[in-house]
Amino acid sequence: MLDVKNLKVRVEDKEILRGITLSVKAGEVHAIMGPNGSGKSTFARALAGHPGYEVTEGSVTYKGQDLLEMDPDERAREGVFMAFQYPVEIPGVNNAYFLKAALNAKRKHQGLEELDAMDFMALVKEKAKILDIDEKMLLRSVNEGFSGGEKKRNEIFHMAVLEPALAVLDETDSGLDIDALRIVSQGVNAMRSPDRAFIVVTHYQRLLNYIVPDYVHVLSDGCLVRSGGRELALELEEKGYGWLEAAPRLGSGQAVVGARK
Amino acid sequence: MTTTTSTPAWVEERRAKAKARFAQTGFPTTRQEEWRFTNVAPIADSNFPLAHGAPQHAASLVNSVAVPGSVRLAIINGQFAAGLSDLSALPKGIRIASLRDGARDATDGIEQHLGRVFSIDTHPFAALNTSFLDDGVAIMVTRGAVVETPIHIVVVTSGDGKGVVAHPRTLVIAGANSQVRIAQTFIGAPGDVYFNNAVAEVVVEEGAIVDFSTDQRESDKAFHVFNLQVHVEAKGVFASHAFSTGSRIMRHDIGIGLKGEGADCTINGVYLADGDRLMDTHTSLDHATAHCTSHEIYKGILAGKAKAVFNGRIIVRIDAQKTDAKQTNRALLLSDDCTINSNPQLEIFADDVKCTHGAAVGQLDEEAMFYLQARGLNRTEARDLLLHAFAGEVLDGLKIPELREQISATLFSALERDVRASTALSPGGL
Ligand SMILES: Nc1ncnc2c1ncn2[C@@H]1O[C@H](COP(=O)(O)OP(=O)(O)OP(=O)(O)O)[C@@H](O)[C@H]1O
Ligand SMILES: [Mg+2]
Repeated sequence: MLDVKNLKVRVEDKEILRGITLSVKAGEVHAIMGPNGSGKSTFARALAGHPGYEVTEGSVTYKGQDLLEMDPDERAREGVFMAFQYPVEIPGVNNAYFLKAALNAKRKHQGLEELDAMDFMALVKEKAKILDIDEKMLLRSVNEGFSGGEKKRNEIFHMAVLEPALAVLDETDSGLDIDALRIVSQGVNAMRSPDRAFIVVTHYQRLLNYIVPDYVHVLSDGCLVRSGGRELALELEEKGYGWLEAAPRLGSGQAVVGARK
Repeated sequence: MTTTTSTPAWVEERRAKAKARFAQTGFPTTRQEEWRFTNVAPIADSNFPLAHGAPQHAASLVNSVAVPGSVRLAIINGQFAAGLSDLSALPKGIRIASLRDGARDATDGIEQHLGRVFSIDTHPFAALNTSFLDDGVAIMVTRGAVVETPIHIVVVTSGDGKGVVAHPRTLVIAGANSQVRIAQTFIGAPGDVYFNNAVAEVVVEEGAIVDFSTDQRESDKAFHVFNLQVHVEAKGVFASHAFSTGSRIMRHDIGIGLKGEGADCTINGVYLADGDRLMDTHTSLDHATAHCTSHEIYKGILAGKAKAVFNGRIIVRIDAQKTDAKQTNRALLLSDDCTINSNPQLEIFADDVKCTHGAAVGQLDEEAMFYLQARGLNRTEARDLLLHAFAGEVLDGLKIPELREQISATLFSALERDVRASTALSPGGL
């Protein structure tokens, strides 16, 4: 589904990603861990197509297409979704109205009929119920005045409605209380399917108890330095990132996925 | 009802006085403080003849903006047009006349107020309008009457492709404790060049509530000058909501005098300009007495090489204790080549008052744009949504729902026009 080869990304003249290679197949869940500032969000935002992140080298192929050639909205309509680490507050834009516009943009792109207000509300109510979302959040402006946890839940809610093929969740667990973490994880698990893939960025092994990954990768200083199965997360929990520094670094261009499974 | 009586002497007199005044001052120049950023030489040099008769497309233009369920008053090239008006929904408690008939028939209040709500000394274009004082509409709301039906004035200006000038005029007298909603739409044939020099005077008597909306959608080649001058007496409430998407050069002078204690007013507006258009709004709020409140929000959206001027003057006179005045003025610049000159002008002579003002000029929030795009909206859709949210605060204040829908829809198409011009320049634009 996703093939990232030697991806190098620069932000404001600073090289942040220094050659990432990663292959994600449909049905898989990949976790990305790594210290603060190592480039996890940069990777997520580069995949989503943020204009401030300049790709200087490498390639990203998504479902056989050159992802880097697409505008952010095209990527979204093609089924790429990123849950923001810091969801943006947009005063004056109604959450439900926006979500309906986003869903219909995607449906139109897929050649499906656009949903009318009634059908959309029915869909949204169903998804809101699964994720235990207060319907009042739908009537408010996008993320405006939402608590940290509400913002994260709203991101997952958007994901549930838009039903992407590839979902990149950037620290969606940070800021969630224990119950919310469980509910959100259940929501994600319910969406796992043979034709959908997830990239889950997290600092906490706890999340991976709920959303069990097929692979765990460690990003450090702009490079993937280690890949393994879920036991790598436990090892990290125990030892921290320090021990990786000493370990030999995986070079760019090397196929790292599945190396340790 | 047609009478053959000639123009009353008092009208002749006011005209002559204004004519003499304008002959003395002429068109304002950029050397004058009030006109520093707005060069009206293209208007002064145009020398358009006075518009006569009804243009070809008058009926379709009027119909294109009709507000269902309202009383409609058409002013075509400065003249009240009974044939294109619709008074069938005219409720009790309100009298409407063409200004010419009203003046001739000595209808209550017209002689007392016409040309008296503002000073021709400080408003050269209003003086020019008055020197051609001839026709328009007069709306008199009876004391205590609550008029539910909206009154919609449609002002059409067109010389059928030839440049013309018109001086339409509106007078509203809302009797004590009456209530009325009035809207005024300025429209012309797209691409037509003309000069529309309009004046509206509104008298809000004690305890009356008047809501006044303006939809300026003139031809984008037109010159549009509009003076809205208002007196609000004790406990009266007046609100102006102005939406401007048309004309090549626009100048709005909105002057509100809070003349009696406990009066309240709102002056809100949204303007949109692209190309090399110029939109100038001067508001002047005169807190003349104590315990009055005022609220002002203006929002501008500029693209291309457009220029905007916003001057918000608030005078708090020495007796106007306990005044509460709030002014906000924001602008979004969608290109690097547009400019705004924004100037809050507070003149406070009383000591126990609350006056706040804030101005902000910025660009579209690119993080918000990315968020919306990352969910699947294209750049134009994302921009429309953000711009609509920006204008929403003012749009939501419109008290005539059908008009709100209509303006909201045109705002969108005007946005599309403006946005297309600037999208080509921005990164990530198609
Ligand atoms: N717009 C920017 N301008 C300058 N530096 C930036 C910008 N965006 C990111 N960076 C830098 O890039 C590096 C990687 O940032 P990134 O947000 O990808 O880290 P992260 O791994 O997601 O960290 P965290 O775990 O704290 O979320 C950091 O050093 C950060 O300061
Ligand atoms: Mg991050």
